[in-house]
Amino acid sequence: MATMQINQEYIQPKYLAIWKKVRRNLLTTIGFFVVVLFLLSAVVGPLVVPYDYAEQNIEQRLQSPSVDHIFGTDEFGRDVFSRVVMGSRSVCVIAGTGAALAVIFGLVIGLIAGYWGGLLDDVIMRLMEVMMSIPGLLLAMLVLFSLGSSFYSVILVVGFMYIPVVTRVVRSVVLDIKTRAFIEAAKLRGESIRYILMREVLPNVLPHLAVEASMRFVYAIFMVASLGFLGLGVQPPTPDWGFMVSEARPFYNNAPWIIFFPAASIAILVVGVSFVSDGLRKMLLPGGVSSD
Amino acid sequence: MTEMYRSQKSIDTDPILDVRNLTVTYRTGQGLVYTVRDVSLQIAAGEIYGLVGESGSGKSTLARAIVRYLADNGQINSGSIKLGNTDLLTLPMSKMQKIWGSRITMVHQDPAAAVNPSITIGEQIAEVARLHLHMSSSQAREKALEMLRKMRMPDPESVAKRYAHQLSGGMLQRVVIAIALTTNPELLIMDEPTTSLDVTTEAAILDLVRELLTEYNMAVLFITHNLGVVANICNRVGVMYAGEIMEEGTVRQVFNHKLHPYTRGLLGCLPKVTNDKRNVSLSAIPGFIPRMNHLPSGCIFGPRCKLVEDDCQAERPSQVEAEAGHFTACRRWEALQSNPDLLMDVQQVRDMDEHEEGPLVFTASNIKKYFDVTASGFDSLFKQSGTEIKAVDDVSVGVRGGFTLGVVGESGCGKTTFARCIAGLEEATSGKMELEGQLLPYTVAKRTSAQKKRIQMVFQNPDASLNPHYTIGDSVSRPFVLMGDLSKEEIQMRVKELFSAVNLPEDYINRLPHELSGGEKQRIAIARAMASEPTMILCDEPLSSLDVSVQAALINLLIKLQDSSKISYLFISHDLAAVRYISDWVAVMYLGRICEIGSSEDVFLPPYHPYTEALLSAIPVPDPDVQQERIRLEGNVPSPIDLPSGCRFHTRCPRKIGEICEAQEPPWQDVSDHHQICCHITLDELRTMQSEVIVGQADTLREVR
Ligand code: SF4
Ligand code: SF4
Repeated sequence: MATMQINQEYIQPKYLAIWKKVRRNLLTTIGFFVVVLFLLSAVVGPLVVPYDYAEQNIEQRLQSPSVDHIFGTDEFGRDVFSRVVMGSRSVCVIAGTGAALAVIFGLVIGLIAGYWGGLLDDVIMRLMEVMMSIPGLLLAMLVLFSLGSSFYSVILVVGFMYIPVVTRVVRSVVLDIKTRAFIEAAKLRGESIRYILMREVLPNVLPHLAVEASMRFVYAIFMVASLGFLGLGVQPPTPDWGFMVSEARPFYNNAPWIIFFPAASIAILVVGVSFVSDGLRKMLLPGGVSSD
Repeated sequence: MTEMYRSQKSIDTDPILDVRNLTVTYRTGQGLVYTVRDVSLQIAAGEIYGLVGESGSGKSTLARAIVRYLADNGQINSGSIKLGNTDLLTLPMSKMQKIWGSRITMVHQDPAAAVNPSITIGEQIAEVARLHLHMSSSQAREKALEMLRKMRMPDPESVAKRYAHQLSGGMLQRVVIAIALTTNPELLIMDEPTTSLDVTTEAAILDLVRELLTEYNMAVLFITHNLGVVANICNRVGVMYAGEIMEEGTVRQVFNHKLHPYTRGLLGCLPKVTNDKRNVSLSAIPGFIPRMNHLPSGCIFGPRCKLVEDDCQAERPSQVEAEAGHFTACRRWEALQSNPDLLMDVQQVRDMDEHEEGPLVFTASNIKKYFDVTASGFDSLFKQSGTEIKAVDDVSVGVRGGFTLGVVGESGCGKTTFARCIAGLEEATSGKMELEGQLLPYTVAKRTSAQKKRIQMVFQNPDASLNPHYTIGDSVSRPFVLMGDLSKEEIQMRVKELFSAVNLPEDYINRLPHELSGGEKQRIAIARAMASEPTMILCDEPLSSLDVSVQAALINLLIKLQDSSKISYLFISHDLAAVRYISDWVAVMYLGRICEIGSSEDVFLPPYHPYTEALLSAIPVPDPDVQQERIRLEGNVPSPIDLPSGCRFHTRCPRKIGEICEAQEPPWQDVSDHHQICCHITLDELRTMQSEVIVGQADTLREVR
């Protein structure tokens, strides 16, 4: 009787089971749609925006939201909607690539430090601690001031900045996994280190890494926006939410929409990704949503 | 189920705790689960009631329901619970909370979790006295000392000033008992109070509880999975299975007459210190405990019962009073009563080869493993040598082909480290290992692939021994893939062979580890270890996390595999009975050294090493009629950093003869060709001062011999 029960669960397709879990959590669903919406706007943005994001039109400046300009226009008469949509591109690409860089390097370094341990681990982790002890924004500002700000340098800085955090997470998981008996059994039957790392350890790290990656994405979005706000992000005329907010400050009183829409976009995207991140955590990591 | 009422029980005095027809449910994702069904029990003052059951029997839920401390999704559906004249179920929660800690107290498995780490022991006991007994501070402090004294704590004044982390597990459990008894409760609930302790400590705690009971006239509900402990300490016992009580009666009634097939099954599963694999085979209970949301109709034990009839499945059997105070929930109890050997007769004599000594396949000589406690990483650059833990200190053993060497000892004796050194998972500090005449490098990385294949290991925790991301078929086939010269079909075939060898159905191949029970996972771990056809398998406490009925099946499996493939085992365990049963040779370890080694018959008969004697005297034998010598060890196991001089056992040895034990290392003495003892006392003296520790079990070794 008990056996039949198990079998039924077993034949249920995996994606169906996962979808059920996602749907169970409303916030995750909302977050999921928000993220999809923003990614979509980043990808197909240029095809749907009604105006060129850089097109200035002094006659139309500081217009409040209307049918022509649903988010209004800014101090140069540029269409805010077009700029917000196009701004999602740079945010998603920079934050996404930055987070991805951090995750990849953090994974490799964390695996090595955690698995080999000893002196190597000590050296690596002390280095990481040093990096982490410098406030992120300060570090980014210093580097960008001296290197000069460009699309690539922002990505590099964001990626570099989050390597230590990811490393620490990966390392702690590896430290736990490597003492499990199945790793020792693999050593006893003579598996290569590569096999043990890639096939025995890695699959167990991945769920943690996925959650961590989504968290890093959240932070990276924020970081990119902050850098933009300080004028260290992508350089104009490419629209950047952070920079848009900072540019719009003088007009806060008579044209609040210029500041509102980019700021709201940042907030909604950040919250949306955190919802997804939360959902991932509950779904993938033990102690999360479970009925059994 | 609801219609079932048992006949009124004959209890001479009014019971302190009176539970009637209690049903407890949990709301879960799979609907309402009836975890405890229609359970009644009464406990009188001065009585220890043992509630035994395997995992999933609902015994802990029952205990929590009695104190109304269920998880949020738990609910008491029907029944009544009375403590003296108080009806606990109708009491408002605020009043109930006043009863906790004063009229009802509890002792749990993990004493460290029950004691506040940042308050001194004395303060904690005093706090209870102030709160519940309304004592003044000085009175309370006096009370705390008095309680500690009653717990036979050496030097109670200093213990009172200490913190939890400064006490050993056994001492801490005494503190918890002291706290529980401070308020002079009517009911004491002990939930697996000795499970996390070593056997010698357990024995001391059980002695203490027994003695205290004469002083405190309370009712004790003693929950455990260990039948030996029950036989040792309880007056009455209830055997619980899947949420119902199967049999209940005095300890003698239940252990000697056993009027329920489940009880007979449980007792048949247990290896006894006086049996070994050559004279008796264990009878495992087939099948699994039913899932609580898929209960069988009729008798709950029906699907696993060898006596099941159609009528059993038609209706749930009600409890019958077979003799005064002895209840059973089996319809066919009369058949069981008239034939005391029914269902027990599976313990038949095994037909095994007599002791013919096989060739030595493995020898370890003078193995040492010292751990450096301070130096690691950066520190190792600056510090030359730190403090050392001598986990294994000069151990030599030999393993013969097709035989089992058991290694017993309490936690911290170095038995697991020793096995890991042999496996190459720890690098031995010095010593020599030879496998089939070939020198064996210390670490697995330096061993040839042929050598790696010849030594495999089965680990303690079945949950950790399989990678959760691969199907168990993948896990078992991996060693074959590694061999490199087998085709897919051949591998498939070999995997199927292994599955049938460990008695798992082939359709399990595609399952993931989390879909298996602990026992099944351990079978897979054995199958995987067998795959490379090793010479020797190191079994590191492979049974300790499993239920007894599952243990029996696994022991049988190990023996069957040894029979068919002449494999050798190094079997590590703290369970003397299991070691005695499965091993041909036994080594007893204490603090990193072997103190007695020999064939398993000889080790378990006098003359004993004083430590072996103490161990044997401490094990709880699941038979109330057994006479056991009472030898109790004083104090704690010394720290392996600061080892005692001379004989390592001298700080606790009840037979210590004097200075010589502290000053000189004891010599090895040959009792016979295959039995050695390491002690200063001469063998003749040992013989005269010792008698057989465990006497009176129905099938003692002497008779079989
Ligand atoms: S009632 Fe029937 S099925 Fe249940 S234990 Fe007795 S004989 Fe077995
Ligand atoms: S040598 Fe002395 S202390 Fe050691 S076991 Fe023998 S009698 Fe006891």
